[in-house]
Amino acid sequence: MSDQKKDISRRKVIKTGAAGLFTAGVAPMVFTKGAWAQEFRNDPKGGDVVLGFNVPQTGPYSDEGADELRAYTLAVKHLNGEGDGGMLNTMQPSNLKGNGILGQKVTYVTGDTQTKSDAARDSARRMIERDGALIITGGSSSGVAVAVQALCQEMGTIFMAGLTHSNDTTGKDKKRYGFRHFFNAYMSGAALAPVLEDEYGNDRRAYHLTADYNWGWTQQESIQNATEALGWETEKNVLTPVGAGDFSQYITPILNSGADVVVLNHYGKDMVNSLTQAIQFGLRDRQANGKNIEIIVPLFSRLMAQGAGENIKGILGTSNWNWSLQNAGSAAFVKSFGAEYGFPPSQAAHTCYVQTLLYADACERAGTLYPPEVIKALEGHKFDGMGNGPTEYRAEDHQCFKDVLVVRGNQNPTSQFDLLEVVQEVPRSQVEYDASIFGGELGPYEV
Amino acid sequence: MFSIPKKDAITFLLFALVVLTMPIWLSPFGASYPGLLQKFAIYALLAVGYNILFGLTGYLSFGHAAFLGVGSYAAVWSFKLLSMNPILALACAMIFSGIFALAIGYVSLRRSGIYFSILTLAFAQMSYKLAYSVLSPITHGENGLQLTLQDPRTIDLMFMERGVSLPTSSLFGIPMNGYEGFYFCAVILLIGFFIAQKIASSPFGMMLKGIKSNEDRMNYTGFNTKPYMLTAFVISGMYAGIAGGLLAVTDPLAGAERMQWTASGELVLMTILGGVGTLVGPVIGAWIIKYFENIFSAWNESILHNFFAFLPDNIEGFVVLISSKFVGEGWHLTLGSMFVLVVVFLPGGIMEGVRRISSWFLRRKDPTKDQEVVDPENMPKPSSEKGE
Repeated sequence: MSDQKKDISRRKVIKTGAAGLFTAGVAPMVFTKGAWAQEFRNDPKGGDVVLGFNVPQTGPYSDEGADELRAYTLAVKHLNGEGDGGMLNTMQPSNLKGNGILGQKVTYVTGDTQTKSDAARDSARRMIERDGALIITGGSSSGVAVAVQALCQEMGTIFMAGLTHSNDTTGKDKKRYGFRHFFNAYMSGAALAPVLEDEYGNDRRAYHLTADYNWGWTQQESIQNATEALGWETEKNVLTPVGAGDFSQYITPILNSGADVVVLNHYGKDMVNSLTQAIQFGLRDRQANGKNIEIIVPLFSRLMAQGAGENIKGILGTSNWNWSLQNAGSAAFVKSFGAEYGFPPSQAAHTCYVQTLLYADACERAGTLYPPEVIKALEGHKFDGMGNGPTEYRAEDHQCFKDVLVVRGNQNPTSQFDLLEVVQEVPRSQVEYDASIFGGELGPYEV
Repeated sequence: MFSIPKKDAITFLLFALVVLTMPIWLSPFGASYPGLLQKFAIYALLAVGYNILFGLTGYLSFGHAAFLGVGSYAAVWSFKLLSMNPILALACAMIFSGIFALAIGYVSLRRSGIYFSILTLAFAQMSYKLAYSVLSPITHGENGLQLTLQDPRTIDLMFMERGVSLPTSSLFGIPMNGYEGFYFCAVILLIGFFIAQKIASSPFGMMLKGIKSNEDRMNYTGFNTKPYMLTAFVISGMYAGIAGGLLAVTDPLAGAERMQWTASGELVLMTILGGVGTLVGPVIGAWIIKYFENIFSAWNESILHNFFAFLPDNIEGFVVLISSKFVGEGWHLTLGSMFVLVVVFLPGGIMEGVRRISSWFLRRKDPTKDQEVVDPENMPKPSSEKGE
């Protein structure tokens, strides 16, 4: 009863379609549902390898989602040997030959997460159950990443996380089938703290505005721990809803709170709004305790900087990657992305591109698409030439360890994209932590 | 108890046939996969339940998503604490959403018309905000409530060892996340549909319709309408709770966004799109909206290019450019324009369209049959808007 016949001719589909309500446009969707999982779900059996790109196309993180999708289509091109190859040429070690994955052509399907757990799981299920996606990748929110990762574990489908910065993704909620290349809140705190000490001293009072979900919470906690270790005090932490739009009611109380540092644990359009409003309220022109009030945005991206415009100047934060980096991998990626779309990629695009290549490479090394073997090939894998220097996928929690960038909003940008200057590349050793501190269990290889 | 009028029995059998063969007839539409089929059955159940309130009594509730959410949370907690059995989870969902509906209904039904709608909306938004903030120990806030390996699951663990992977909900060993899950939902939907039919044709249902046509007159003739309203509200809330429970059974995750007012609004849209007051209409509305949300929203330009490939290149580019605004992330736009068209030209929803077409055919065959289409139960009633 389960697997309906799939060999519907185009003509027949059109005929049926014309008869039904709203069917007219369905015809082009030729479904190749993978045959029944004798071995594993969605085994292409020599056909095309289908990747499922699940990104926010609507909602507060849609800018990131659009950029992620650009990077994914570019990665698919490069994997199939089209275009200039991008990071395929700089990746070390690399087993990718530009002939798809294991000689099979790579295609993709897309879905909209809407930055909602339910919607994201729905679209992931559609891609797995109907479209035969072999992996799910993407996303720009940790709430979604955790929800989709759990689904993928259940389904036995590998999940290559996109932009997700919460400690939970590879901490308390880590899964055997989930992998994250992006850095996390703990690393942001560890990297940012010494720079904050240099710039703002040891005697500060911080006021946190925090996005009310797992990413916001863990980032706030990590920054609070890191700054309190410097001797700072934490005045207050206020939770704000995601997609609030108007933050003025949260910003006015800061003015008289006695705090002299404001930490905005926001991302995407939320961060653009809260930062812009904070500046409009004149926070940075004021003084408290005899010091200038400073604003910190622990997780920064160029897309947000673009949205916030002038307001971003001089503000400190951290970033996974920035297009201005001068290593070979970054240069190759920026070049092919720029040639394709006419502007440089964001860090969200970078991490998604890298994740796709890493998955493909792991399949080549494992010599199979069978997920447990691919997982073993990714675990503990060390690589270089992907824009972040030497990087390791730690086997214990599937978190990538690499250098972290501390960045500042550029005071004198030379172009509309040159918005962030890299203050420091904090070495991996300084941001590393023990895998057991966040708890959680990976779960089994076979599901 | 199981006897229904012949006309209803035919409707039921046809409906059952349509629902149970969904995996077959939906496959050319690209919608025949377990995840979406389950959603179709679940939201149809939700719409059927909502119609008991809105369709029969004319009371427009803007807060039904709250019951959906409560049902989901109750079901997931039953998975976590007791057992992975879906029946038990649905029972929990029904009880908790019933209690919840009783509390909200008791207060909201003190008012009617727009004030009732606003009250239900306020309660639903309150529940949503509570789920995000103070209740997050129970609801896990934005993260959503999920199963973990360490859950107590007291009943299950009396009989079996704790597994290495997360358990899935199963009924006597039948897993609930594939096609089997769809058939489970479909059976529940059919039971729900049957009960709704019984209610509509019962004296109690007549009472509710009486309230819709003129509540004051009902009061003057000596009926106390409040208990009837409250019963209808609670039944309708329980339907929503069971639908929420089914969402959790097929995919054990409960998130607060299920309770947001947009989810309630969507339910109102489904009902109006399909046809208020009819049994089948809201179900069709639910299917159309879910289809748009899941399939239409996934179309991208490359699919359009394939579709319009028969056109000459430059025309194709133009057509794709225009139509791409209406698919993919623009699916709301298409749905919105469709909704406007339906409301303007077919105030009775899609069901009115179906009736008009069938009456047109009938009239051509036999003019005397014309009378049959003027079925007071199924016609859109202008009085329902004025009644409050």
